[in-house]
Amino acid sequence: MASVKFDNISFRYGDNYILKNFSLTVEESQILCLVGPSGCGKTTLVRCLLGLSKPETGSIYVGETCVFSAEKHINIPAERRKIGIVFQDYAVWPHMTVKENVCYPMKKRHMAKADIEKRAMHALAQVNMTEYANHLPSQLSGGQQQRVAIARALVSSDGLIVMDEPITNLDAKLREQMLLEIREIQRNIGTTILYITHDQQSALQLCDKMAIMEQNGSLCQLGNDEDIILRPANRFTFEFIGVSNFIPMLFENGQCYLDFEGKKQIWTDTLPDMDKTKKMEVGVRPNDIVFDDDSPIRGKVHRSVFLGSEYDYFIDINGKELRVQQNTLDAVCLGVAKEGSEVGIKFLNPHYYEAKEA
Amino acid sequence: MIASLKRKKRDLAAIDGRHFSLDGAMTVLSFILLLVIVVVPIFMIVYNAFFDQGKFSLDLICEQLSKKDNLISMWNTIKIAVLVTILGTIMGVFYAWLLGRSDIPCKGLMRALFNIPYMFPPFLGAMAWDLLLNGRSGYLNKWFVDVFNLSSAPFNINSIGGIVFVELSYYFPFVFMQVVSAFERMDPKLEECARIAGARQGTVIRKITLPLVTPAISAGALLILISSLAHFGVPSILGFSQGIYTLPTKIYAVISRSGGSFEGIRQGAALSIMLVVVVAAALIIQKKVLSSGSYDIIKGKSMRPTLIKLRGARIPLFVLAVLTLVLIVIVPLAMIFLVGLVKAYGLPLIPENFTLANYTKVFASSGTFNSISNSLFVSIAAGIICMFLGTLIAYVVQKIKPRGKGVLEVLSVLPYSIPGTVLAIGVILAWSGKLGVNLYNTIWIILIAYLARYLSFSMKTSSAALLQVHPSLEEAARTCGASHTESLKDVTLPLIRPAMVSGFFLIFLPAMREVTTSVLLYGPYTRTLGVQIYSLRDAGMMPQAAALGSVAIVMIIVCNTIVTAITKDRKGV
Repeated sequence: MASVKFDNISFRYGDNYILKNFSLTVEESQILCLVGPSGCGKTTLVRCLLGLSKPETGSIYVGETCVFSAEKHINIPAERRKIGIVFQDYAVWPHMTVKENVCYPMKKRHMAKADIEKRAMHALAQVNMTEYANHLPSQLSGGQQQRVAIARALVSSDGLIVMDEPITNLDAKLREQMLLEIREIQRNIGTTILYITHDQQSALQLCDKMAIMEQNGSLCQLGNDEDIILRPANRFTFEFIGVSNFIPMLFENGQCYLDFEGKKQIWTDTLPDMDKTKKMEVGVRPNDIVFDDDSPIRGKVHRSVFLGSEYDYFIDINGKELRVQQNTLDAVCLGVAKEGSEVGIKFLNPHYYEAKEA
Repeated sequence: MIASLKRKKRDLAAIDGRHFSLDGAMTVLSFILLLVIVVVPIFMIVYNAFFDQGKFSLDLICEQLSKKDNLISMWNTIKIAVLVTILGTIMGVFYAWLLGRSDIPCKGLMRALFNIPYMFPPFLGAMAWDLLLNGRSGYLNKWFVDVFNLSSAPFNINSIGGIVFVELSYYFPFVFMQVVSAFERMDPKLEECARIAGARQGTVIRKITLPLVTPAISAGALLILISSLAHFGVPSILGFSQGIYTLPTKIYAVISRSGGSFEGIRQGAALSIMLVVVVAAALIIQKKVLSSGSYDIIKGKSMRPTLIKLRGARIPLFVLAVLTLVLIVIVPLAMIFLVGLVKAYGLPLIPENFTLANYTKVFASSGTFNSISNSLFVSIAAGIICMFLGTLIAYVVQKIKPRGKGVLEVLSVLPYSIPGTVLAIGVILAWSGKLGVNLYNTIWIILIAYLARYLSFSMKTSSAALLQVHPSLEEAARTCGASHTESLKDVTLPLIRPAMVSGFFLIFLPAMREVTTSVLLYGPYTRTLGVQIYSLRDAGMMPQAAALGSVAIVMIIVCNTIVTAITKDRKGV
């Protein structure tokens, strides 16, 4: 088991910084999901950790070992870092059988033949692929190749496995199943897993901790899933992690109003400290908006869509459209809002953020 | 303790830049090899054409340009190449369409037969046609004269028209093969949509089908143009007797007349410059005239195109295709085999005159036997060396991508558009002692010329295969504990092995029947198979030349069958 520490990593192509002074620690025996939009530098970070790209500054530690340090001129080559990796495109070698694929990392580390055999079969058993040991990858489905890649990563490292968007190519059902299996395997052997994805949903299912990366390659929040969902550190995290509504705020004569396309609605919630000279917005999640006939904020149900576990409403307030979600049980108990009917709505758990520059 | 200290030291030794880098070594090696193989000969030609005893001078070029027969041969070269390109393109597209998209019968067999001219050496075809339609003594001409009571022979193959006809029959497959495969990869929905939108069959062919295959047509036409401009075999066999020269044959004539003296070679170099200028001009014009993007609409995978019903035209077109095949494939092949059996040249081709003596003579003569083993040696050596060298350069260009990879790419493909005759002169100038190495009259000088000539073949196939090998496959091996060398050996090489093997055969087959360069490079003991046939014919021993020619044909067909068998069941990447 090994922790991972990125310290002050910078990486650039020409003048374009992908990562700038990036620091992050992954604790031992945890699954840390690194989540960020496409092109934010997640994969670059992984490549630096694996030794496939060389950062300009900083240092990387795996456990106690310094695998890279710009200052001390250390750059252990990729083949001696002992990190398991599952690539997005699996990178299962097409000319080797499943078993040969899994045995390869151990062969390269000169383990005893009997050990190799035993560990390979064990790893294949862990991913339920024992019966395919002698198949060629071209005879396997995407999900099965995925498992081979995971088995290969399992045997190539005792302490640390990196997964770079490993399930993006699978269908929804298989994706869920793979996530459960990854979680299960991690529980059994206690490996540290650094899981890279742009899909916050799978990250939530899997992680012990989540790290959110911003488009410019900086880390904007590190915390457990509850933290991230309930207490997003900034507007980026709030927006990135789920569907969100934003309503501009107005401050007049010491009063606070919500501005629905020119229609002012008084807002009496206690406000946290904020710079009232700047343009501010209230951010609310669709499932934090509830129907309340007594509320002064009134709108018209523009569209109502049944999604199985919940109803998705588009509510029109003076031309401003809000997304509202109501779980099916509530909707059945309280009655489904009809399209075209007028409703009052109340905001729970509002967040306050500075408005985005248009 | 000591072990851990040692380990520490090794980790620290991995500091960048201080340890030996495989990538860097491969890059440098590629540059050096291309410099030696490609740049030096080209430089030597330019230098010798423009510099006289170390001083820049245009005298030599001007002198050559002022000679009327040089200008005539230049004009002949252009005339023949343009005619062959235009006719070959029309013929190639027509038969590609007929076999690719219509319901003509016996398609599979006909396609296989249409590919034969591609592997069959053109100079053997020229020999066959010379035997048939020679103005004075051609078998067919004599028959025509006898049967129709003509006063003179109706055909004369020893003319510009004859040269165009024979080259045409060997070069149209370039367009044919390109276009047939484009037709196969074209999504039939594209045409179906046009039909649904209300276009007639004819309109669909003109407005949809042809524009979509235009890139394939122009690629094939370019191949014909370059090959025909540089072609030596056919014009030398058909043209010499009538004094019809093209630039490549003129260069050969100048050099052989001078007995290989330096002055002759310098004149050859100057003529080479003229030929290169013609080829370059052709390339530029071609690019201007036929500039057309490639379409992604043509997919890599095979589709089942909708076939067009020929209805009443089906049988006449089938007869036409069969006649074409008989004319360009069967007749010359049969002719070579039959003349190989005849007791003496000129005797009628009837069973009483047949003998196997020519074959026994061919195999008994040590010169012939040597030529076969020489050819086998250079072809196999060139194939193997090019296979590795081409893969090395392809790897550097595709995966390492160093600064100057464009230069590498251009240098490795450049010799392909340089006529073989020119290349031979460059190789003579570079490797016959002037630079301290004298390989003249040895087999090695032929090998070096072949390397330069065929490098681009293997480089192209390996490049295409390497593009299919995703970088993550090699990276996965690295993180699994394989060093860079090991990841190359365990992952990349096995994956591109099929492409390397087909690269080998792509070189081996044409090298076996090569004459253009070896005819200028051979020494008394280093005749190649092509040269031996060529000189047997030159010495008037026609039946023996034909016998050896048929041996060559059999060898080529056998090798080709092996290649198809090997490449068919290659493992997909």
